[in-house]
Amino acid sequence: MIDEEKISVKKIREILESVNDPEVPVLSIIDLGILRDVIINDDEIEILITPTYSGCPAIDMISMNIKLALIENGHKKIKITSVLSPAWTTDWMSEEGKQKLKAFGIAPPTLKQQICHTELFHEGEAIQCPRCNSYHTKLISQFGSTACKALYVCETCKEPFDYFKCH
Amino acid sequence: MKERINYTIHLADNALILGHRNSEWTGFGPIIEQDIAISNIALDLIGQARNFYQYAATLISNSTAEPVTEDTLAYLRDAKDFLNCSLVEQTNGDWAKTILRQFFFSAYQFYLYQHLQNSNDEKLAAIAEKSLKEVTYHLRWSSEWVIRLGDGTEESNKRILTAVDDLWICTGELFEATGFEQTAANKGYGVDVSLLKSDWMQKVRDIFEEATLPLPVETESQVKWFGKEGKHSEHLGYILAEMQFLQRTYPNSEW
Ligand SMILES: [Zn+2]
Repeated sequence: MIDEEKISVKKIREILESVNDPEVPVLSIIDLGILRDVIINDDEIEILITPTYSGCPAIDMISMNIKLALIENGHKKIKITSVLSPAWTTDWMSEEGKQKLKAFGIAPPTLKQQICHTELFHEGEAIQCPRCNSYHTKLISQFGSTACKALYVCETCKEPFDYFKCH
Repeated sequence: MKERINYTIHLADNALILGHRNSEWTGFGPIIEQDIAISNIALDLIGQARNFYQYAATLISNSTAEPVTEDTLAYLRDAKDFLNCSLVEQTNGDWAKTILRQFFFSAYQFYLYQHLQNSNDEKLAAIAEKSLKEVTYHLRWSSEWVIRLGDGTEESNKRILTAVDDLWICTGELFEATGFEQTAANKGYGVDVSLLKSDWMQKVRDIFEEATLPLPVETESQVKWFGKEGKHSEHLGYILAEMQFLQRTYPNSEW
């Protein structure tokens, strides 16, 4: 019985690897760290997810895509529960996810304790340009194309780029 | 239960109304990066409002037979039933007024959520913990702008001084607890707002000093409206007219 349960949670997680963040389509919800748990109660599957930001508009779409992926694989009773605490942090992003982000042209988040500053006008966070790898980059705005990103520009290759800001 | 519901709705209304105000800048920001920044802050606040409304809707549904959702709370209540403070409903004015309103409110929310994280109501504590991370960014961003404008050009300094004149009068209300806030604080699920005042004043003092702005004097007239009790300025009605028009004219319509 216990073995069977283990296998099915593993299988569910495998299915969920195909569910991506609609705003950063190279990352799965597992890479992002927003899948918190899979619980199997008899015939019902409960999926616990956490939003990246309170107002993340992607979360409703992600819930729907989780349901669709599970239904496609023959599961019928699905419950999605949103958990807010502990609050999501970029430290939950997988190493694989960070590599995928960089390949996609978005600078991955640095470790929180390393660089998450709250001081005013703080500059010089050494964010590496995802295109040319230069550290000679400059913050343009703390708020980028989506809530989870900041806008930087590379002084070496002159390209602007998104940085998945630490949170 | 009535107090807990009102307290939750009050937290939601504060976030929704300021979120809505900020969203009025979308497409009109002074430069594109700041247009995006203020729109992102709007999004965070509306997200926080949704979390509080969803919880309030659960509380109401559990205690009455009324079918209530986050949408009925946002779209089908009238101005006198909104429990937001009057600061958040003030008009955008120019960039300086918007910035100062955000700074005053973010500093307030920052200390409020810090305490609310320890609420004995698990749900309120979780929303506060989540929101605090976002508010930390809002506070940093708006603080930098207050300094930039105050210590900027003659024109920017003049404008932010005018904003202080317009908005200071709305800040006293933040720290004067109304009935449901007192009950919430006494029962341990809410925050005693009078205790936030010294931290908030210190923050304002620090930022104003760096911004070379004179600190306004505290006076009795620091409270003009009492939105938390539904006694709003004339501005709230206009916000609701725009925000609720679609739902009221075409009930149950969806995007
Ligand atoms: Zn570069």
